[in-house]
Amino acid sequence: MTAIDATGNMTPGSTVQPDDDDRLRIESPRTRRKRPTQNGRGTNFEMYAWIFMRMSGLLLVFLVLGHLFIMLLLDGGVQRINFAFVAGRWSSPFWQTWDLLQLWLAQLHGTNGLRWIINDYAERDGTRFWLKTLLYTASFLVLVLGTLVIFTFDPDLAG
Amino acid sequence: MACLDAGLEAIVVQAPAGTLYRGREGMWSWVAHRVTGVLIFFFLFAHVLDTALVRVSPDSYNRIMDTYKTPLVNLMEIGLLGAVLFHALNGLRVTAIDFWAKGTRYQKQMMWAVLAVFVLLMVPSVYRMTAHSFAELFGSTS
Ligand code: HEM
Repeated sequence: MTAIDATGNMTPGSTVQPDDDDRLRIESPRTRRKRPTQNGRGTNFEMYAWIFMRMSGLLLVFLVLGHLFIMLLLDGGVQRINFAFVAGRWSSPFWQTWDLLQLWLAQLHGTNGLRWIINDYAERDGTRFWLKTLLYTASFLVLVLGTLVIFTFDPDLAG
Repeated sequence: MACLDAGLEAIVVQAPAGTLYRGREGMWSWVAHRVTGVLIFFFLFAHVLDTALVRVSPDSYNRIMDTYKTPLVNLMEIGLLGAVLFHALNGLRVTAIDFWAKGTRYQKQMMWAVLAVFVLLMVPSVYRMTAHSFAELFGSTS
């Protein structure tokens, strides 16, 4: 009996039957799957990640380019930015919301982008695992720290 | 023998150039999209940390902001703006290729449109952003 393992390799003489496991079953050609992107775990995570990259990108065009325009080009550009400038901006819920949305969308978008890149280039399981652990830890810290800073900003620190 | 040698030589000369994929506009825009994406990611990491200094003290925040106002960091900031602008415009192009029925047919034209808009927006921006550095480096001190 010839079986086919999860990586698609034929194992001559193996006693494992292909249909011992659903993931190993090879459908006859042109069999329609219920959901085209379904992976082995029965979720569509990768499809949602793909859509998220495009939708977040669309919003980030306005958020990030707007942010750069205000910070680098408007009025005195970066020369005018200091503690008092930040205090003025974050006294407005509008800019707080802007910055919070921008932080979360950019960080999640970038994290998923880097996850794709790790999947592309890191071939050993151990390497992938540690790179992704590092990536998720860093992203988590940035999201928590950034969110706290926006919400707990204290203009009275200036005394 | 001589005949066989000549034959081998012909085979060697005509061997295909290998399997390395060499794309055109599409591949290079993908490479640039990837490189700029990683660059922006690392900048975002540093930027959230430096902004977090507003929670420490006005003085530590103002000191980190003073480094942003030096000509060297000003130059790096032009790089950042360029990276974000290219990534954003090309990201729109990628999304158009995916969702617009004629997207794939016009991907090359859209590539040139991305580059045109990029240059159009970069030139005045760089002019504005560097004005202060030029004044600081070459201006009179009177
Ligand atoms: C400004 C608006 C932005 C737009 C329109 C945009 C758009 C996109 C799109 C559509 C993709 C998917 C490309 C593909 O599937 O081939 C992507 C990938 C990516 N983006 Fe963005 N993005 C933006 C901002 C950002 C920011 C702020 C970051 C960093 C924090 C970032 C980092 C990345 C990374 C690392 C990838 C993965 C690249 C790859 O796999 O080759 N992007 N972007």
